[in-house]
Amino acid sequence: MTTETRIDTPPPPLPPDETEWQRHHLLDLDDFTVDELELMMGTTATMKEVLSREVPRVPALRGTTIVTLFYENSTRTRTSFELAGKVLGADVLNISASGSSVTKGESLVDTVKTLQAVGADVLIMRHNRSGAPYLAARHASCSVVNAGDGLHAHPTQALLDLFTIRTSLGDVRGKKIVIVGDILHSRVARSNAWSLTALGADVVVCAPPTLIPHGLGRETEGRLPPVRVEHNLDRAIEGADVVMALRMQLERMHGGYVPGVREYSRMYQINERRLANAKPGALVMHPGPMNEGVEISHAVAHGLQSHVEEQVTNGVAVRMAVLWLLTRANSRASRAAARGAS
Amino acid sequence: MSERPIIRGGRVIDPESKFDAMADIVIEDGRIVAVGANIDGDDAREIDARGLVVAPGFVDLHAHLREPGLEYKEDVESGTRAAAAGGFTTVCAMPNTEPAMDNRSIVEYVLREAAARGAVRVLPIGAVTKGRVGIELAELGELADAGCIGFSDDGSPVHDATLMRRALEYASAFDLPIIDHCEDHSLAKDAVMHEGWVSSRTGLRGAPAAAEESMVARDVALAEATGAHVHIAHVSTRGAIETIRRAKTRGVRVTAEVTPHHLTLTDEVVAFGATGGWDLIYDTNAKVNPPLRSRDDVDACVAGLADGTIDCIATDHAPHAVIEKLCEFDEAAFGISGLETAFGLCMRLVHEKRVSLVTLIERMTVGPARALNLDHAVPGIGTLAMGAPADIVLLDPDAEWIVDPEGFASKGRNTPLAGVTLRGRVVMTIAGGVIAFDGAAFVAAGIGVGS
Repeated sequence: MTTETRIDTPPPPLPPDETEWQRHHLLDLDDFTVDELELMMGTTATMKEVLSREVPRVPALRGTTIVTLFYENSTRTRTSFELAGKVLGADVLNISASGSSVTKGESLVDTVKTLQAVGADVLIMRHNRSGAPYLAARHASCSVVNAGDGLHAHPTQALLDLFTIRTSLGDVRGKKIVIVGDILHSRVARSNAWSLTALGADVVVCAPPTLIPHGLGRETEGRLPPVRVEHNLDRAIEGADVVMALRMQLERMHGGYVPGVREYSRMYQINERRLANAKPGALVMHPGPMNEGVEISHAVAHGLQSHVEEQVTNGVAVRMAVLWLLTRANSRASRAAARGAS
Repeated sequence: MSERPIIRGGRVIDPESKFDAMADIVIEDGRIVAVGANIDGDDAREIDARGLVVAPGFVDLHAHLREPGLEYKEDVESGTRAAAAGGFTTVCAMPNTEPAMDNRSIVEYVLREAAARGAVRVLPIGAVTKGRVGIELAELGELADAGCIGFSDDGSPVHDATLMRRALEYASAFDLPIIDHCEDHSLAKDAVMHEGWVSSRTGLRGAPAAAEESMVARDVALAEATGAHVHIAHVSTRGAIETIRRAKTRGVRVTAEVTPHHLTLTDEVVAFGATGGWDLIYDTNAKVNPPLRSRDDVDACVAGLADGTIDCIATDHAPHAVIEKLCEFDEAAFGISGLETAFGLCMRLVHEKRVSLVTLIERMTVGPARALNLDHAVPGIGTLAMGAPADIVLLDPDAEWIVDPEGFASKGRNTPLAGVTLRGRVVMTIAGGVIAFDGAAFVAAGIGVGS
């Protein structure tokens, strides 16, 4: 059986220097070094090659237990992590915890400790509250991967976006990347701003002033990512290499953030007319799920410049890289501890 | 104490009489009977205060003792023991108990508990509205009769402006203030911290300074229109302080307090903690309302305290159970257990030479007493005047100690200062002539105080 021989395919090569990857958790990209981003991109490329094989399976994480703990529904992200774990031969358990820990009765810390006690090596956590994975990480000895927390961060999304951009454009230094939409409530925008600016991209965020986080775009001594803020989409999109649209939550219409769908889409929708002002062949991206006709027109969403599906495919490779690197770091750490004990 | 104890050899600071000299203090029957140099008293019990500062016991206008109803967080006994450990000999108890302190029986219950089990004096603050829900006035006359020294719906503002106006007018009949927690809820909806770059960084929802400032402006306008006395609780923004400063110049009857944490900690503590470093930690122990503000606001609070725009320091001691803080930041309770760290934390301002030691002591003793006219209820409170209650604190302004919440007398261990070194320590607290806290004993037992 060809499947059997494929399973015996050696795991992806180790990173060149074992000491390179030290992180135990992946919570955000705000403190990532260029080297760490490069290592992540390199490992993702390896994983992408694995995915392109006839039988995309390697037993690199056999014996590793991965738990996805989702306090917020997200079929896309959960499926992506689950598939990434399975491709690498890990056991993957999915746990849904709807609602907050308070309404559920069990505290987040207790839940984390319980999952760890049953043998979780990596905990992948999605939570509607900003900072929740940090609480989990403080009380867990297993690795915690932030799969999106509140308005704060979504590091694996930003990594897959980076991989997608680099696949088409190569180095992002000096490239104009425009992120359009509800920046205020977007963890995707926050994490992308950190990683893209760390690599020297010219990041412009575009939204009405009501949807821009306080202080962004002003001098904050490196305490916020150094992005530019532009309220006019036509100006923002001029000469852009990448145009990334964000999902516009319909409930924002009631909070006084914007007057309504009609005006929002008139002023901030990525459509063919506007895209014409970007660089020829500029990448169009969207973290999904899309509100076609609101933040992005149907034609652009499915046009030649759209990389939305590629983003999804790259999501699996990036998450494989994350799981692999974190798990390697853990086993190195435990080997080191064993050496220290003997 | 039937004998006449003498506190000997300390630097006695009494801001009310502007006394600042080496002196002895003689106590008899729970009152101060003599202050002077080298007082003869060979048969007396001596308390050695050499090398220490001797000051009036601190007065806290704003503490949550949680009893009745929330004894799992704090009760009158533990709360007043915490007060004593912090150098406070008087605490004003906020009415957000369960049920709310909006009627005589609850006030009397708290006063009975305080008399039976309290380590220091408790002065109750009655609710402004029935059940603190902001709809109907509570029976303020009865509450005044029962011993309340002011009225507040603290935790919530009195949102309805007309009701606030009526409350101010009605309370003025008893010459008592309305103490308002200034926060426009429509501007602070779902907020869990201050709106600024830190809220942008953490993805936590922020309340703008304007939520406090607009309500302070309203209260000042109402106090000016009615001639009544409004006391602004825990002021925390530059704009609010400016408004109060201008109002005071016009002669409006407005007084204000500021907490030790708003004088010293910024919103960065929420994200990164109080012990330094730039790793995000989302410290729920720094979640408090009003929120820790920007560096600029903190500077304005210090300036306002120094120039007298802000009358006094009040702790807003808000103890909570561990599980109310060991959770997601959005779910965590608001509040800091502050009585036991107040002096050491505020001493930072003295060591940084931004406020003098005498001013600091003034703002913790006669400052608060004057702000709420507590002298009517307790003659001599906050002073070392002859005949005043022997409420005295012995302080070591230079002693360093590391905050260890496990050693707190309070049931609330919720402080962002765990592990932080403070310089300035309460050595002994004497309340009504009785030793309510003896730091030396704690040091000997190895509890609570490290050096």
